[in-house]
Amino acid sequence: MLTVIPTLVGVVIVTFLLTRVLPGDPAIYFAGPAATPQSIAEIRKTLGLDRPLLAQFVRYVDDLAHGDLGSSLSTGQPVVTEIASRLPASAELTLFALVISMSVAVPLGIVAAVRQGSWIDHICRVVATAGVSLPVFFTGLLLVYVFYFLLGWAPAPIGRLDVFFSAPTDRTGFYLIDGLIDLDFETTWAALKQLVLPALTLGIFSLAPIARMTRASMLALLGSDFVRTARASGLDNRTVIITYAFRNAMLPVITTLGMVFSFLLGANVLVEKVFAWPGIGSYAVEALIASDFAPVQGFVLTMAILYVALNLAIDLLYGVIDPRVRLEG
Amino acid sequence: MKEAAIPSGAAAAIPAAAPATGSMLRHARYVMAENPVTGVAFGLFVVIAVAALLGPYVVPYDPLASEVADKLQAPSLAHWFGTDQLGRDIFSRVVAATRLDFLIAITSVVLVLAGGGLAGIAAGYFGGWTDRIVSRLADTIMAFPLFVLAMGIVAALGNTVTNIVIATAIINFPLYARVARAEANVRRDAGFVQAARLSGNGEFRILLTQILPNIMPIMMVQISLTMGYAILNAAGLSFIGLGVRPPTPEWGIMVAEGAANIISGEWWIALFPGAALMLAVFCFNLLGDGLRDLVDPQRRT
Repeated sequence: MLTVIPTLVGVVIVTFLLTRVLPGDPAIYFAGPAATPQSIAEIRKTLGLDRPLLAQFVRYVDDLAHGDLGSSLSTGQPVVTEIASRLPASAELTLFALVISMSVAVPLGIVAAVRQGSWIDHICRVVATAGVSLPVFFTGLLLVYVFYFLLGWAPAPIGRLDVFFSAPTDRTGFYLIDGLIDLDFETTWAALKQLVLPALTLGIFSLAPIARMTRASMLALLGSDFVRTARASGLDNRTVIITYAFRNAMLPVITTLGMVFSFLLGANVLVEKVFAWPGIGSYAVEALIASDFAPVQGFVLTMAILYVALNLAIDLLYGVIDPRVRLEG
Repeated sequence: MKEAAIPSGAAAAIPAAAPATGSMLRHARYVMAENPVTGVAFGLFVVIAVAALLGPYVVPYDPLASEVADKLQAPSLAHWFGTDQLGRDIFSRVVAATRLDFLIAITSVVLVLAGGGLAGIAAGYFGGWTDRIVSRLADTIMAFPLFVLAMGIVAALGNTVTNIVIATAIINFPLYARVARAEANVRRDAGFVQAARLSGNGEFRILLTQILPNIMPIMMVQISLTMGYAILNAAGLSFIGLGVRPPTPEWGIMVAEGAANIISGEWWIALFPGAALMLAVFCFNLLGDGLRDLVDPQRRT
């Protein structure tokens, strides 16, 4: 728990430095091309840029504490509201992708370990090596080509919902859940169809590390003394694999999830761009292209905080699954 | 396991000694024979290196010349990989792009090897404050989703290829610093280091002449393992429109240019640069695994 605080402090310092150590003067940049020296000086004053770096940092932290991330230049909206309104789209995509990849990778890794050297094991190895080599935006485009253009199974990659549908009432921000609460199955189905391809793209991407880790830790456990003892005691194969080996094997897999999230959150940006997904990733990309700085900074900070929070959640989960960790803590 | 790794690393670090070189070669042949995939990866690496060196001089068309009359042609004998929406030959562009992608990856890896590697060695060797600062820095970088941090860095420093290189180097810093730190740490009181110290060498001299050469083999493995990641990262950044500008041929930006055409069925524009990217990354990952077997048989997977 305590390690989170210095990490967060580090994250805030880095994001602060990212804006303030810009080559060039942000005031001139904010003032726009038609600026006079007076207006630049005025902007510098309002931005607090004429004060020492430490004072600027205090002000930055103060703004952060009040949930103020500045405003977007191109839309004029506060960055916080825009990110908050787009976050559910990204979260729905990422979580759905994680569910897909976990439900494929974990069984694959288990079977590969149990039947070591079989064809499933080889598939697992190929998937694990290919998965880390595939550029995620490339996988996305391939899937679009096959499932949209060739087969016509998937809808066009144009965001969360076809234009003919209106978004379900906003409760959780997750279209699938909101649609089900409204009992509007048609919209839910349409949203699901839009979601499948991008989620699959992200899922394939995160499949490799999870499958690899599951296989490795299952292999280590299947060769361990207590599994041998369990087998020698005459327990059937199923019990040994599931109760004895699998439960322990999940621990390193959950640790790997931390790294997987780092990849997922980054890959999210690329996938959102490919599928025109209206999440925070594509928001940041649009802002980047327009040299609109506040949204990018808000995005980096949001992602980092999310990532720290996810890692904290993983640590806590670890304690729930493995009582030994709790005792030490 | 750590202790067993020392002699193997030490042996590999003295290429000048003839017997060591001989056994290294024999070992290399053994690893290749046992795992032919590494051989294939090495062959692929040679192809990529040649394309990077000679690519722009041997391609059939000028990678920038557009022939509007020939736009959006499917692959044929005249245009092996087809042409794009401006009628440029995709084969020529894919081959010519190798140099830039390769250069970005190599420069960033060399940069991080110098920065992260040295910082890590110093942290592992000196411990104390040096260690605390370097480790804290590495932890802070790792607290970000790495690609997102790279986006932020490029946005802050400015949208240029140089800054893509810098950003890629920075996000790889923790990987290098941590490996170098761990390796330097186990060697800090090794016999040969103590001998050097007793002969009156200064600490920095020991660091550079004793520790550094000894962990180089392990850092080489790290290099080829992160090269693939560096290429992916750079291509990802240029895919979202950072760094490389059109019409420069680069794999990531070429995939981005072909993205719009995928929906209307012109698959070749995005497929070939994407496949080249994939092959390059695949090659470096396999090579990294192979090199690891070579340098450190203990860690074989």
